[in-house]
Amino acid sequence: MTMIFGVPAAAFYGQLLLGLINGAFYALLSLGLAVIFGLLKIINFAHGAQYMLGAFAAYLLLETLGINYWVALFLAPIIVGALGVVIERFLLRRITHIDHIYGLLLTFGLALVIQGTFTNWFGVSGSRYPVPEALQGGINLGFMYLPIYRAWIVAVALVVCFAVWFLIEKTKLGGYLRAGTENSALMQAFGVNVPLLVTLTYGFGVGLAALGGVLAAPVYSVSPDMGSNLLIVVFAVVVIGGMGSIVGAILTGLMMGIVEGLTKVYYPEASSVVIFLVMIIVLLVRPSGLFGKGT
Amino acid sequence: MATTETKMTAAQASKQAENRRRYILYAVLLAVALVAPFLAYPVFLMKILCFALFACAFNLLLGYAGLLSFGHAAFLATGGYMTGFLLSTYSITPEVGIITGTLAATVLGTFFGILSIRRQGIYFAMITLALAQMVFFMYLQADFTGGEDGLQGVPRGHLFGIFDLSNNLTMYYFVLAVFLFGFLLIQRTVHSPFGQVLKAIRENEPRAISLGYNTDVYKLVAFVLSAALAGLAGSTKTVVFQLASLGDAHWHMSGEIILMTLVGGVGTLFGPVLGATFVLTLEHQLSQSFLGDWVDVILGVIFVVVVLTFRAGIVGEIQKFMKKNFK
Amino acid sequence: MKMMKTALATAIVSTLFMGATAHADGHKISDNELRIGYLADMSGTYRDLAGPNGEEALKMAIEDFGGKVKGKNITVMSADDRNSPDVASSTVREWIESDKVDMVQGLVASSVSIASTKVMNGTDTMGLVNGSAASSITNEHCTPNHIHWTYDTYPLANGTASAVVAEGGKTWFMVTADYAFGHALESDVTRVVESNGGEIVGGVRHPLSTDDFSSYMLQAQASGADVVGLANAGGDTVNSIITAGEFGLAQAGQTVAALLLFLTDVHALGAETAQGIQLTTGWYWDKDAEARAWADRFYDRTGARPSMVHAGIYSSTMHYLKGVEATGSDKAADVRAWMADNEINDMFAKGGYVREDGRMVHDMYLAEVKTPAESKSDWDLYKIVRTIPGDEAFRPLSQSKCSLVK
Repeated sequence: MTMIFGVPAAAFYGQLLLGLINGAFYALLSLGLAVIFGLLKIINFAHGAQYMLGAFAAYLLLETLGINYWVALFLAPIIVGALGVVIERFLLRRITHIDHIYGLLLTFGLALVIQGTFTNWFGVSGSRYPVPEALQGGINLGFMYLPIYRAWIVAVALVVCFAVWFLIEKTKLGGYLRAGTENSALMQAFGVNVPLLVTLTYGFGVGLAALGGVLAAPVYSVSPDMGSNLLIVVFAVVVIGGMGSIVGAILTGLMMGIVEGLTKVYYPEASSVVIFLVMIIVLLVRPSGLFGKGT
Repeated sequence: MATTETKMTAAQASKQAENRRRYILYAVLLAVALVAPFLAYPVFLMKILCFALFACAFNLLLGYAGLLSFGHAAFLATGGYMTGFLLSTYSITPEVGIITGTLAATVLGTFFGILSIRRQGIYFAMITLALAQMVFFMYLQADFTGGEDGLQGVPRGHLFGIFDLSNNLTMYYFVLAVFLFGFLLIQRTVHSPFGQVLKAIRENEPRAISLGYNTDVYKLVAFVLSAALAGLAGSTKTVVFQLASLGDAHWHMSGEIILMTLVGGVGTLFGPVLGATFVLTLEHQLSQSFLGDWVDVILGVIFVVVVLTFRAGIVGEIQKFMKKNFK
Repeated sequence: MKMMKTALATAIVSTLFMGATAHADGHKISDNELRIGYLADMSGTYRDLAGPNGEEALKMAIEDFGGKVKGKNITVMSADDRNSPDVASSTVREWIESDKVDMVQGLVASSVSIASTKVMNGTDTMGLVNGSAASSITNEHCTPNHIHWTYDTYPLANGTASAVVAEGGKTWFMVTADYAFGHALESDVTRVVESNGGEIVGGVRHPLSTDDFSSYMLQAQASGADVVGLANAGGDTVNSIITAGEFGLAQAGQTVAALLLFLTDVHALGAETAQGIQLTTGWYWDKDAEARAWADRFYDRTGARPSMVHAGIYSSTMHYLKGVEATGSDKAADVRAWMADNEINDMFAKGGYVREDGRMVHDMYLAEVKTPAESKSDWDLYKIVRTIPGDEAFRPLSQSKCSLVK
């Protein structure tokens, strides 16, 4: 049995794969944040709460209306995204022109409200969301047993990441969005409804967070505090990747998943803080993050 | 700072008048503070004073240097744990324990500052948050902190070997003295040439650099001072409550201090004090009422409302109101 | 005009002080009343353990007792400790000094319990700790003013570990939360497993509040141990169990032993996911007819089945009130002495007694989570496999570091 730094090769590959899976999940979550910050310069501290709302939406749709997972995958992000639209239109819009700090503080306050309310309605013990039948069970890969649902998460995450990247970087709509946030007055003069674009973009980013929540619901307990620890990790990923960069968020998410995964094998006690360590080192060496476009 | 010869006398006179009024205000507030423990519950007042000091320290960085730190809880906790550990283990007097705790926080602040000061805005906030998270996990694991149980049973001791601090009234006046020391230090700093440069940096850093100021050094000094006073608040709080716990190091604590400063008024001297008083009183009253479950939600709503409409905070809004109606 | 500013500022500061003032002497201090304070986490991570329903259990005890003791009225005040020992210690201090509270009930987070009981020490106020798990509360942190009623980590580790080893679980892989509490659980289990002829073949320590356990479950699987022991609590345990199910640990023949698992957690997991898990509990709502009768009343009042903590709150309050009635005193020392001299025989415990270190010793129960087929309703979750006699379950006095133990 070959050993890699003291760990059997089979176990090592298994952990690497798990790290990649988690990385894809991080990439998906950071994508929403990166879209919102990169394009709108809004620091969305409510992202964790919106992720939680996505999971709860899926859970409630199942419990009260009997709507299954497959429909929830589309419906939950739309519902939560709509809430995002409302937040942007009535709350965020009033302060984003002043200072980015206020956007951060406003969304921070919103997160407190959302999480606190759900804690009072549902308690903190969490609820169980069943893995959909088609995705149950696992495959024996030889070096490890891989639950099918985890493979599904990777697939969805990678597809969505690619699609969003393509949309923003390669299409006309994406072009309008990038131009509109760079020079709003000019774009409006050209007839593009920039405020509407901004609102919809925020809603879209929130929807992405909610999609992450739906994907997470069968594997993590659905509880009001599920987003709060994840939030700062995801922020760290976006900061490392460079706050303006979509590509940066995706690639960093994947990388951090692997780094964290390897830490869990060799020095698991530090697996919660390794990402912060990496962030500090990266910011010292490259102040705008790995793919950032400068402050 | 220089004014033309012809205007100097008028400006001087008006400044003197302003100073006189300010001193009267201070005197009145001091009088209130001196009699307060006979009207309200001393331990609660001490909690307010400690958090007010913490908020003022935070505000020095945010309101006057323009830097939003998301990791200030680390300094509160470091001061608290260091003081708590020393007072529990060695037979030293409380002021020695507090000074050592503050020093520990200062050292940590220097370390954090050197790593983070070159960055701006969200990057700065995230570095401070990351560093604070690492400190949190360190305290979670360390034996001497007692982990989740907390560092309990810290003796209050005898101040200078003479004054028995287990008497709540004596303890209160000591805490008041510590608070006044910290507050006046901030007040002097803000109104000094150093403070003026800080304000210039906050308003337009490139211009300050072009004028020849080494802005990084100024910001670092402000950061270290802010960390030191936050540590002082933490150390004193540990002696008041006779315990230090992980909640002091958690990022929610950093969030709470932002709330207090914001609600009170960023960039004003009294804002943080009022903010701390307001938030703590609200928490206290609510948690014992039927709304007890909703304290966090209500705080969140206040946060949102303040950011949307009352950005200058209580003190700031009062100042704006005064300017508008009484000028 | 600046004078106006002065006046206004002073007025505001004074008004804010009045907020604190009003509370300080708003209550008329009357010694013709028995006052009970309920202090627990009402809105955070420990909310479901005791929380608002715990206050209902407290009120049930007072009502069943008749609402009065020795002709005095009984009043309840409650506060959210927000899991902060600062808030708890200042609340308890205020309750004792300003509101003349006679007994403090609830007390969940261990830092809260330890801080609160230290404040009560040397006063006339008694503390009844029900929510906390830390065994240090009757060990190095014992005081003459409090009793630890429902459970602590010692019997939990002891009961589950020895039972699982006895059933054939000889080799263990430990998944431990990396902080003092987790380490304590881990070392308790290690001791029990090894003294029963078992072996710890491996383990991993994860940071507190980990979301994703896939890596750790993979390591547990790779170890090939008979048993995967979870030395963690709350959300970490729930997520561990979900992931263990996802990776098919049970199908591959490994037993999952959860060392700190509450009914509310199992309810959140559901029988489908949690089936077969073995755990130790201080009480179960369906353990006998008397318990069930009380649990039905609790259910009618709150819409949920009671956890052992809720039952403990009811039981300890009843015993306390009986003590006040019998001694005619509301001073902690007097009531505590009566409570120690008299056995507890109620729906919570039979033959229970209070030791000199403050530990209430009673039988513990080894339970196994039912399969979905066996579970007839969403709270019908445990089958009691074995009763562990109280004297076997709790830390023996010979090993105690408590200063009250001679």
